[in-house]
Amino acid sequence: MATQASNIPKKRAAQQTSRVRSDGKHEGFLRHRKFLWLKISIILSLIMIVSYAMVDVQPRHNGGSWYGYILGTIGVVLILWLTMLGVRKRAMTNGAWSLKAWTSAHVYLGLSLVVIGTLHTGFQFGINVHTLAYAIMMIVIASGIFGIVVYTIIPRAMSANRDEMTESEMLAGLRSADRQLHEAAQPLSQRFAELVRASLEQNPFSGGLMRRLSGSSSHCLTRRARDEIRGETGYRPNLGDDPLEKIDALLTRKEALLARFRQHLRLKAWLEVWLYVHVPLTFALIAALTAHVVSVFFYW
Amino acid sequence: MSFVIRQVSRTSDGREIVRPTNSSGRSISVGRDAGCEVQLADLAVELRHASIELNDQNQVIVLSTCGLGFASNGRVTSRAEIDLRNGGELRFGSHRLTIAGGGESVIITVERVEALSDSSVDRDENGLFTLQRVLLSRRTGAWALLIAVLAIFLAWPIYTFETMQGVKKRPIAFHADSMWSTGPMSSAHKSLATNCQACHTQEFVAVTDTSCLSCHSKDAHKHADPARIARSKEAPDLFGRVGGFFKASFNVPEGRCVECHTEHEGAGKMQPTAQKFCTDCHASLDTRLTDTKLPNAGDFGTAHPQFRPAIVTDPTTAKPTLLRVSLDSKPREDNGLKFPHAVHLSKTNGIARMAQTMKAETGFGDALACKDCHTKTADGTRFKPVEMEQDCQMCHSLGFDNVGGTIRTLRHGEPLQVAADLRAYYRSTTPARPINLGGMVRRRPGNYAMAETAQDYAIGARAWPARGESAVRSVFAQGGACYDCHVISQTPAGWNVRKVVQPVRYMNKGWFDHNAHKTETCQSCHGAESSNLASDVLLPDLKSCRTCHVGEGGATLHSVKKPVESSCAMCHEYHVDGGAPWRTDLQLRKQKDRPKRADQIAMRIK
Repeated sequence: MATQASNIPKKRAAQQTSRVRSDGKHEGFLRHRKFLWLKISIILSLIMIVSYAMVDVQPRHNGGSWYGYILGTIGVVLILWLTMLGVRKRAMTNGAWSLKAWTSAHVYLGLSLVVIGTLHTGFQFGINVHTLAYAIMMIVIASGIFGIVVYTIIPRAMSANRDEMTESEMLAGLRSADRQLHEAAQPLSQRFAELVRASLEQNPFSGGLMRRLSGSSSHCLTRRARDEIRGETGYRPNLGDDPLEKIDALLTRKEALLARFRQHLRLKAWLEVWLYVHVPLTFALIAALTAHVVSVFFYW
Repeated sequence: MSFVIRQVSRTSDGREIVRPTNSSGRSISVGRDAGCEVQLADLAVELRHASIELNDQNQVIVLSTCGLGFASNGRVTSRAEIDLRNGGELRFGSHRLTIAGGGESVIITVERVEALSDSSVDRDENGLFTLQRVLLSRRTGAWALLIAVLAIFLAWPIYTFETMQGVKKRPIAFHADSMWSTGPMSSAHKSLATNCQACHTQEFVAVTDTSCLSCHSKDAHKHADPARIARSKEAPDLFGRVGGFFKASFNVPEGRCVECHTEHEGAGKMQPTAQKFCTDCHASLDTRLTDTKLPNAGDFGTAHPQFRPAIVTDPTTAKPTLLRVSLDSKPREDNGLKFPHAVHLSKTNGIARMAQTMKAETGFGDALACKDCHTKTADGTRFKPVEMEQDCQMCHSLGFDNVGGTIRTLRHGEPLQVAADLRAYYRSTTPARPINLGGMVRRRPGNYAMAETAQDYAIGARAWPARGESAVRSVFAQGGACYDCHVISQTPAGWNVRKVVQPVRYMNKGWFDHNAHKTETCQSCHGAESSNLASDVLLPDLKSCRTCHVGEGGATLHSVKKPVESSCAMCHEYHVDGGAPWRTDLQLRKQKDRPKRADQIAMRIK
């Protein structure tokens, strides 16, 4: 059916996409409309590369030639349009200009900016505001590529890890373990009570970016409490009436919950962290671009 | 007296539930242990943590029984006295104990004030799992970066521009607007690299010629009459008109110095002018400038006119008469010499044989070579005129007398002196005396033979000084030493040798550098080996140059094996001052067939 649709004049085909795709299979933004935007952006890049080779700019290619100005104008319009995704994503629609189509175009046109931007430089780089704008642009694009990679890899790993648990359920599980621990620890001597309290009072969200990204458990006080208590009980026969044994079992359960929890946080951090580069640097790029354009006309 | 212990807990909507218990006796204990009167389910509390005792002064004494302290009215201590009239507040772990006197009893209100574990604290779950709490928010980061970049890279340079306005020479320091530089300056303008305002005098106004001419007032020679230049420019095509429209709308006037002399193109020499700037006018000059004597000239590979070297047509005038003649018309030059190149360069004739015999003293090879007679100028660009004394005389000797081993030579270039020297020679000498007339032997009468010899000698000696005249004649006349190379005429004043003119530079409108052609042999351009007449003009013609040189974009009329792309600026210059046209290191490097570096050095040492 999709092939039939492609024979229909474009406008109509565009209106029908949502109806035509009825096989129930999800089509992500990357393969949207059979990689339409990938094709468009490859063609755009090829046109740029070929014309760059054909146009003879004397004494050498640079951003200040007439061809350089054309490339620069295309680049700046493209960058501003790409930035508009931040506004556009807040309104989800479908159809030819669906958010998915928009995102697909954002990704592939953003990639073609590597070609357009680089050709605009004429391969002249230096320590100046112009190369700064280029460098920021490349970092933004690189972070975007990273984002696409994590979007394709991480959700699967995340869903495997969470085992159909929601985030609230994870938190509820931890609370329940904590309540039981608290209850069971009441008769303990102060030394063990302190260990359990430390576990209870530790914020599972604590730690900075690095701990989130690494998912490290080296700071986990629950694990420490369990290890200490096990060190104590390990040499004693389990007669079934030792409250420490109960605590040990509870701590082990909490530790397992926490391990899943930490992995969840870790995957989520990787899924998000690129945006903390991509978005602020986009604004830095717009600022650098403004400085770049103004400076060119200022010292005309 | 008794204690009333009120355990307070709260429902999920915050309503209080109070469970009071009574305890008689003067002392109660506080701890986690089930046996304590005030039992606190708090892991931060010892099993038996403290005792609360009532004394007679209507006070309660709180005493730690485990070594761990507690807080009394916010202060950590191990013993506290609380006056029941004032009441007090104790803190054990997460629990607060409020103590107050109530008639006959002491009322202790116990309430948990902190959550039992961290995960049980009610938090706003929204955004909890994201990086929002870990990192600076994206919006804050975006604003911060936006403002920082604008401040550093836009506002600061503009501030520098404004504060440096009117400053003639900026102090040596970092100037923020140098961050705007689009590339390094050429070596000539390197010193201006941090002084942006030397050229960019006004904001949003393109660099004007005034800036350039403030330094280049003397060396920016005029190319031609501006009115004629304006007339000779080609009408712009569509592309040119569009470009012109943009230039006009962005306040960029045309025909400025910087159109050709582009800056910020990288360190090293400044870029030379592109061919288009010349061909815009010269490719079809005659259609617009109808009175011009210049032929049209376009791309070197396809549309360059034949060379027109300045040829000597009459060397006799006070200033030799030069005429620019196209090489197509096979011009003949009259430089005043008779010199067949072919004979001198032959490898088999007497001259070659003579050269072989002179190897040791002159360094000749098996035959004469160009360099044996032609010497380069100091810069290696051209060749010096040939000098008789240095370049010819090793073979063409002008010696005429030998005085005790010293050869006396005729003075070259001074025909009157030559005649005078020869006459003086005959005047001051006698013919060689016959051997049999020598000695002191008396002549005997009757020895007729000897008398005749003496008589003959006397007659000869008397006539000897007059022999000078014929010697002078034989030097200048046909077959004589001078006549071999020079054009001689006889005037009433004496013998006259025609002036010799050897132009050092034939192409005065173009630049040719022999240094750049070191890889070629002389013969490959100058056909001297087959030239039998001094009047041959041995300059290579356009076709010969085109065997290597092609147009700027590589255009050719026939295939060239190793093309050397040659724009106008390779040989011609706009601000005509007779010097070499501008060349960049890059262009020199690009030249094909260039000799290896070691060879270049060797040549330089030579």
